[in-house]
Formats: sequence, structure tokens, C-alpha cells
Amino acid sequence: MIEAVAERSAMQSPTSEAVPSVRLEHVSKSFGSRCVLDDVTLDVPAGCGFVILGRSGTGKSVLLRHVIGLVRPDSGSVFVQGQEVSSLTGKDLARVRKSVGFLFQNAALFDSISVGENVAFPLRRHSRLADSEIRSRARQKLAAVGLEREYDKMPAALSGGMRKRAGLARALALDPPILLVDEPSAGLDPITSDEIDALLLGLKQQGGTTVIVVTHNITSARRLGDELVMLHEGRILAKGTAADLDQSDNELVRAFMASSHSG
Amino acid sequence: MLERVGRIVVTLLASAGAVSIFAFKALRELVVPPFEIRETIRQLFELGLRSAPLIAVSGMAVGVVLSMHTRASLERFGAEAMIPAGLAIALVRETGPLTAGLLLSGRIGAGIGAELGAMRVTEQIDALEASAVDSFRYLVVTRVAACIIALPILTTIMNFAGMLGGFLAETATTGMPLSLYFNRAFSIVDLTDYVPATVKTMVFGFIIATMSSYLGFTTESGTEGVGRASTRAVVFSSMLIIVANVVLVRLIFFIFPKAAGG
Repeated sequence: MIEAVAERSAMQSPTSEAVPSVRLEHVSKSFGSRCVLDDVTLDVPAGCGFVILGRSGTGKSVLLRHVIGLVRPDSGSVFVQGQEVSSLTGKDLARVRKSVGFLFQNAALFDSISVGENVAFPLRRHSRLADSEIRSRARQKLAAVGLEREYDKMPAALSGGMRKRAGLARALALDPPILLVDEPSAGLDPITSDEIDALLLGLKQQGGTTVIVVTHNITSARRLGDELVMLHEGRILAKGTAADLDQSDNELVRAFMASSHSG
Repeated sequence: MLERVGRIVVTLLASAGAVSIFAFKALRELVVPPFEIRETIRQLFELGLRSAPLIAVSGMAVGVVLSMHTRASLERFGAEAMIPAGLAIALVRETGPLTAGLLLSGRIGAGIGAELGAMRVTEQIDALEASAVDSFRYLVVTRVAACIIALPILTTIMNFAGMLGGFLAETATTGMPLSLYFNRAFSIVDLTDYVPATVKTMVFGFIIATMSSYLGFTTESGTEGVGRASTRAVVFSSMLIIVANVVLVRLIFFIFPKAAGG
């Protein structure tokens, strides 16, 4: 972990510091006649906790999927560490994806292999490490999320919160400099939700990881977000710190920030 | 009314086009490296080896029934001595490959359709892509390769199990010894009977794997969609196998006139 952070710091030259981790330029996306993203432009600085807020169906998850090329924009461009993603395919796209971890809303663990092998999977695919080393690293990642004893269990045997933590361990297997998190609190009790937030906060503060979080949970958003954006009907309605959004001129933004909905 | 018919025709053509592109992509990536050898071997075990008991038991039952029918027919002409050879020809040329193809479209087709469908709706396929893994190559091409390899092997198992079943039926009726039964059975079967008919099942394997993978890969609408993908995988694979069989038999007769009795 420490090595990875040191390696990453070495990679971040003065030039690269100026380049945002993720940049969306005039991105629009429609599914059929339904416009999900409408001319969205935003920058996510390196090492930032960036929170995307909004009501259900406003395009938050679709925006997140654009970052790793799971969804392609109809128009506009998506940049990850200065590299245009939306036109990449094959090995070039894979190279970008290796630098981005993705925690899915329902963790999306591979249910045919054990929890430990889920975490080991990216290492088996993208490193030349010996089997023992891969297992050892997977155990370390699981230990970091408090699941060291669950290595040999199947995903179906885990609770929702444990699955999410295992998904986080898998997303971090390659020590990516950018982490995308889709609804970390969804379906979790407040205590487990706080634990996940603490893990994400630790990554950002100690590891320098850029963490982009989609959430409905305002408490979580305030905790994790150095910057927040609120999406509404595919457009950015408000952008800034939590304090900025609290004092927004827009009634919907203020109402959203004042809500106590927890996921 | 006319508009509705037109819409249905356009939808059908679009689906046929999408399946064809999917199948062509699978065929191309089968021969272009990198190869997912480890996963292909795993699939060969899951789809092939695990199907062997079903094929062996079914083959034996088919052999017993065929033997009883053949005896009932040939007895009228006093040609009971031809029973082993008749059964062997029927099994090797057509009954074995087609029955194996249809049975496996049920077992393997439903399995692939449901597994990939479930992976789609639970975002596991997206998770593979997010892990910088080519999900098509990892999930589809490996299954296609495994099915192409497994089908001829399983068909051979079915042929032998069928002949064994035929022997059991015959020995129970006449007390015919094993060596005599197999001598008579193999006296008439040669490689032009076995090879083309068995190689034909590689096409069946390709059909089952691509059709089922396509339906699983494109699943929508949650668990209901998974069930639909699984059912359709069996229905469409079976239908395509039966239709393809007609074309392939014609092709075999054209390439190997001896197989047609020419």
C-alpha cells in the first residue's frame, strides 16, 4: 500500500498535478428519446473527494459509468488523467480502467468464486506476481476492510455491508489512483454506512486517492465531499462545497441539502 | 395491422442481424490471440465433463429403445443378425449427434443463458469490464470454444453408450455375447460414417454457445429477463440445431457421396 502511494506520488509530476483526475466536457447522453445527461462539464481535481448528488434517475450513475467507458457519450469528451476515454478501445481502454477502481451499487462480486478470489482477480489478470503473493495481497486488502476471515467464503454467504466492503477491497486491488463509488450507503444500516464512509475517507486522506461518490445520503456527502455537484434532469444544477450548496439560490438544492434521507 | 406486421418483421431482422454479428465476432476472436486458456479449460469441465453422465445415461436408454424397435422390424424379414450393424449406423450417423445436440442445448444452453443473464443484471459483466477484462472474450469466446470441443467428445460417448444399451437389450433377448455384438456392429461402420457426423456436432456446439451467450449477454428486465433468456436459449438453440442439421446432412452427402450410399 505504502509502496503504491509512493509510486503514485512519483508519477504525479508538477505537470500532472495541474491536470484534473477526471474531466467531462459537454457530455450529453440519451437512451432512446430520454435525455439522461445534457451538456455536462465538470473537473475533478486529483486527490479530491467529489460527490455527485441528485434525485433518482437524474443520470448520476450514468455519469460515473462514462468515466471508465462503460457508457459512451453521444457527444462531448471524457478525460481520465488527461487521456480521452470515450474513443478508446481494447488495450488502451484497459490501461485507463486499471487506474480506476469501481465499487458498484450492489458490489457486483463474481458469485462463482470466493470472496478472496474476487479480490485476487484483478491481480491475477494484470500482474505477474506469484500465486502466494497474490493471495497475500488479497488478504491484506480484505484485512483493510475488516474481512480477513472471509477469504474462502462465497459472496452469497456475506451480508450486504460485507459484500460492499469486499467490493471495495476488489476495487482497490490494483491500488488505483481514482476510485468511483456508486451509492455506498444504499441498503445499509447507518453504522455500516459510517464504516464504509470512514474507509473512503481514509483512502482519500492517507492514500491521496481521488474518490468520486454518487450518493443520496447527505450526511455521507458532507463527510466525503470536498466538492459537490447536484444533477437535475441531466444538467448540473449546483456546484461547490457543502456550505455553498447549503446557501444556494435554488430551492431544490437547499431542500436536498436539508433533507436527512440516508440512502 | 400492416404496420404491426412490418414492425415485427423489422424487429426480427434486426435481432437476426445482431445475433449474426455476435456470432461472427465470436468466430473471429476464437482464432485471434490472446486466448483465455485457463477459463476455456474450466468451461470445458463445467459444460463438457459435467454433461457426460446425462449423455451416457440418455445414450444407453436410446440404444435400448432403438434395439427393441430394430428387432421388431428386422424380425419380420429374418434379418436379426443385422440388428447390431443397423443400430450402429443409425446411432453414429444421425441419432447420436442429433440427440446429443438437443440434450446439450437443454443442459448447456439453459445454463449459459441463465448464468450470463444473471451476471448481466447483477452488473458482474460491467464489473469484469471495469476490471479491464474483455468480458466478451472471457465469457463468450471461452464458452464457444468449450462447446465446440466438448460436443464431438460427448457425441462419441453417446454413440458408445447407445451401442452398449443396444447390446444389453440384445443379450437379454438372445444371449448374444459382447464380442459378437460389437464385431457385427463395427463390420459396417467406417470413418465416413463417423467423422462427418461427429464433426457436424462442432457446429451444434457453436450454435448452442453463441445463441445462449447472446441471449444471456443482452438480458434486460431483472430476474424475469434471466428466466426468459434461459428459456429462449433452449428453444432457439434446439430450433437452429434441427434446421442446421438438414443443411449439414445435405452438405455431408455432397462432400462424402459414400455416406449417402452413393
